[in-house]
Amino acid sequence: MYTQALNVKDTGKPASAEDPGKLARFQARIDAEEKIEPNDWMPEAYRRTLIRQISQHAHSEIIGMQPEGNWITRAPSLRRKAGLLAKVQDEGGHGLYLYAAAETLGCSREELVDQLLAGKAKYSSIFNYPTLSWADIGAIGWLVDGAAIMNQIPLCRCSYGPYARAMIRVCKEESFHQRQGYEIMMTLSRGSAAQKAMAQDALNRWWWPSLMMFGPSDKDSVHSTDTMKWKIKRFSNDDLRQKFVDATVPQGHYLGLEFPDPALKRDEKTGHWQHGEIDWSEFKRVLAGDGPCNRQRMKVRTKAHEDGTWVREAALAHARKRAERAAAVRIAAE
Amino acid sequence: MSETMMPLWEVFIRNRSGLPHKHAGSVHAPDAAMALQAARDVYTRRGESVSVWVVPSSAITASDPADKDELFEPTGTKVYRHPTFYEVPEEVGHM
Repeated sequence: MYTQALNVKDTGKPASAEDPGKLARFQARIDAEEKIEPNDWMPEAYRRTLIRQISQHAHSEIIGMQPEGNWITRAPSLRRKAGLLAKVQDEGGHGLYLYAAAETLGCSREELVDQLLAGKAKYSSIFNYPTLSWADIGAIGWLVDGAAIMNQIPLCRCSYGPYARAMIRVCKEESFHQRQGYEIMMTLSRGSAAQKAMAQDALNRWWWPSLMMFGPSDKDSVHSTDTMKWKIKRFSNDDLRQKFVDATVPQGHYLGLEFPDPALKRDEKTGHWQHGEIDWSEFKRVLAGDGPCNRQRMKVRTKAHEDGTWVREAALAHARKRAERAAAVRIAAE
Repeated sequence: MSETMMPLWEVFIRNRSGLPHKHAGSVHAPDAAMALQAARDVYTRRGESVSVWVVPSSAITASDPADKDELFEPTGTKVYRHPTFYEVPEEVGHM
């Protein structure tokens, strides 16, 4: 999802180097559905996997502000503008909750941000697609946030306490995101022929990338066994993708729109919607850095960070000066 | 990047129900005033709160998870601290 590249195998110290007694006690706690907290003992691979997953999730929220931020000044009404602004603000907030959760594992936010800006950390492939029309804002809310929620709800029960707590907050706030997107799609679908065509075009472009958000197919993602065992992840990529497709296809039909997948059909026996083959070469290309907007997203993020440097430095200098002054007054009074 | 690290603050908010301040998360800020401002922006975007506290994370002393058993286990056997330990005849009614 926002953490879709995590199927990369952890290549650090092998788990066998850990104390077997501690390891067994740790696993027993997880099996008993106990939460693991920051100062508790945990295997190094668990810690590293979480730092990678949570920070990647945080980076996705922060980069995810860009495609939608693109339309704030051009929203078609004040109502839409207020809603979109609130949604983009939420994403900034979600990024911050998640950085804070990652920091509890012993990695500073500065380091995490540096990894993103240096191109060493990944973020969700979905944010490397452009938002070409207002209808894309509808499609993102409906599909991208819809997919994100599907993934984030089980993360509320993740074994790592601070991550689970951050996700509970995120999920509570995010329920409006999908509704505002669907409402935009509904307004366009019931509008003029040109507006309906805009909505259809947005669905055509966002459908497949949204399905890719769930990450590689289970048959190609052999490395999720550890994250399942540790109860970081509770459902496989394909299971979550299926849930999303089943929930979303009827919503699209209600809008009177067509999905850009000729193979899409409902299995009468199971009741599930079956989708066609996903173009995994596109997924790999975008994730590896060669999507339509990868370079632009990083350029904007880097510029924002650099432009803010003087503000952070000035605020720190001001705080230092005030603290020194207060200390001097205290000494003089004594 | 050789930037100075922004200090970390823990954020506690009290919601409308009048319950005690509850830990909400953390923020980075250079001083208390800005930490309060950031906490308001990050943790109270939906009128959740009527009061916010920020505390330097470094000022918190926490119990060691390794001491969990010796600290908290002893109360497990002290059933006489709960009302259900004591018998009151049903005729007496709710007590």
